[in-house]
Amino acid sequence: MSSLGTALADGSVVAKRNLIKIKRIPDLLVGTLISPIMFILLFGYVFGGAIEVPGGNYREFLVPGIFAQTVIFGATITGAGLADDMQKGIIERFRSLPMAQSAVLVGRTTSDIATNVIVTVIMSLTGLVIGWRIRTSFLDAVVGYLLLLLFAYAISWCMALLGLLIRTPEAFNNLTFITIFPITFVTNAFVPLETFPSVLRTVAEWNPVSTLVQAAREQFGNVPPGTVTDAWPLANPLLYTLAWIVVILLVFIPLATRQYRRAAAR
Amino acid sequence: MVSEVISRVGAMTGHAVQARGLVKRYGDVTAVAGVDVDVPEGTVLALLGPNGAGKTTTVRMLTTLLVPDEGTATVAGVDVVKDPREVRRRIGLSGQYAAVDENLTGFENLDMVGRLYHLGRRRARERARELLEQFRLTGAADRVAKTYSGGMRRRLDLAGALVAQPPVLFLDEPTTGLDPRSRNDMWELLTTMVSGGTTLLLTTQYLEEAERLADDIVVIDHGRVIARGTADELKTQVGGQRVELVVAADHEVATAVEALRPLAVGEVQVDRRARRVTVPVSGGTPALVDALRRLEQAGVVPLDAGLRRPTMDDVFLTLTGKPAEELVTEQEGADA
Repeated sequence: MSSLGTALADGSVVAKRNLIKIKRIPDLLVGTLISPIMFILLFGYVFGGAIEVPGGNYREFLVPGIFAQTVIFGATITGAGLADDMQKGIIERFRSLPMAQSAVLVGRTTSDIATNVIVTVIMSLTGLVIGWRIRTSFLDAVVGYLLLLLFAYAISWCMALLGLLIRTPEAFNNLTFITIFPITFVTNAFVPLETFPSVLRTVAEWNPVSTLVQAAREQFGNVPPGTVTDAWPLANPLLYTLAWIVVILLVFIPLATRQYRRAAAR
Repeated sequence: MVSEVISRVGAMTGHAVQARGLVKRYGDVTAVAGVDVDVPEGTVLALLGPNGAGKTTTVRMLTTLLVPDEGTATVAGVDVVKDPREVRRRIGLSGQYAAVDENLTGFENLDMVGRLYHLGRRRARERARELLEQFRLTGAADRVAKTYSGGMRRRLDLAGALVAQPPVLFLDEPTTGLDPRSRNDMWELLTTMVSGGTTLLLTTQYLEEAERLADDIVVIDHGRVIARGTADELKTQVGGQRVELVVAADHEVATAVEALRPLAVGEVQVDRRARRVTVPVSGGTPALVDALRRLEQAGVVPLDAGLRRPTMDDVFLTLTGKPAEELVTEQEGADA
């Protein structure tokens, strides 16, 4: 077998193992789903009445924002899973086997895409129930979903690095909780940017999560007609988000890989 | 090519593991300070020492998990630094903590390991079934490992190390934390395995385990080899024989010590709680007769008296200056 073939085969063995874990401990998936569903209900029905969306329907505006936040949280499973495997000595076992060592990270990040697909499907159904609709073509919508998953995949590699650095799942979860909330809240995901104070607004405009949300809204046809998109990132959300994805992958794949070698060789 | 050549060299020397001057430092701490290890093919070597002696670090270097700061090592004829992947193909490792995936069943665990050894899908499954049978886990094959007892997990972990039928096996404290029955089970399994020709290097802090399983013992402490040889050789190295006796009353201990001191060729040891007196002697059974006569003259009738060779405990005491029990408890205290 070629070394690429070996790497792919080993990666799929590791990915399969991670997916079995989701099946065995469905709580993991449920945990990932509870907070976004709660957010949809809270924002859709509690805060929603107080939030003005220029010329649009708030719940329809909200759902793509929740999608973005959910897949980003979904990506944290990568880091928590790796930290857990480090702690339990599974990584040690993997390291003693003649397998492709890239397979642990590749398998992990790949299986976490699968988790996010499941999560996205369930969130879409929840969205449909509360009145969210896709108002574009099938192809546009597919591009929207792919962008969300690709962005989450890139975030997975950041989380892989963090998980390998932190090494305990509990500490990792605390850290991601307090970092991901601000990153996903200082965006257009929940509230139109027009209401932000000016500095914060600039930050939010250049935040790739905002452009991810904006791109998703465009692809699903959920952009409120009155939305102002003066800032370049928001005017070109697909391009800007893709650029971020590429940069994150280029930076974090090597960093996570290096950290994997180091962390395992202590 | 190169590995083939080395492998032939390894075959010629007949050593499954050969390490020279292994050193590993962590900052200012030198965990392993120049360890040499030779394990002839088909034999069992025990690395014996208290926790923190450098046993695990040595094993991790030999199994390619750590790159040594100094020194060289070949395992199954392959250099561990130059060709780690080839080494991994030829070894099995079972670590100190049973590294089984508790969310997978026993079967899934072994099947996964087989796939990662590239046995192929069908062979991996067959092998998993064989091992479950061999390790008496067939009944629990389709239960998640989370539900396994400590002994079962260890067996599953050990089975994982054997999936590819490696010629060289490394076990890091295979029975630590097991109850006596599981420990006996494990010993039996290991004995059967080695009789099949596998080379085994194990670490242990139990003297009894080293004595029972190993052909050769390497005693390490503070990252250095402080003694090596067979259990018999180590005992001879420590020297002589001992008259050991137990007296009936506390006040007789001092009398017995006084009476026997002239016989002693080394320090007389006293265990007050057990009222046991141990006297290193030379001259074999006549020394025992002499000792009993002296006790009789002193008016002490021992409950029990005998001549014995040094135990591994004596070996430890002599080599490290501390009894084995103390070393173990001390370290456990430090770990907690």
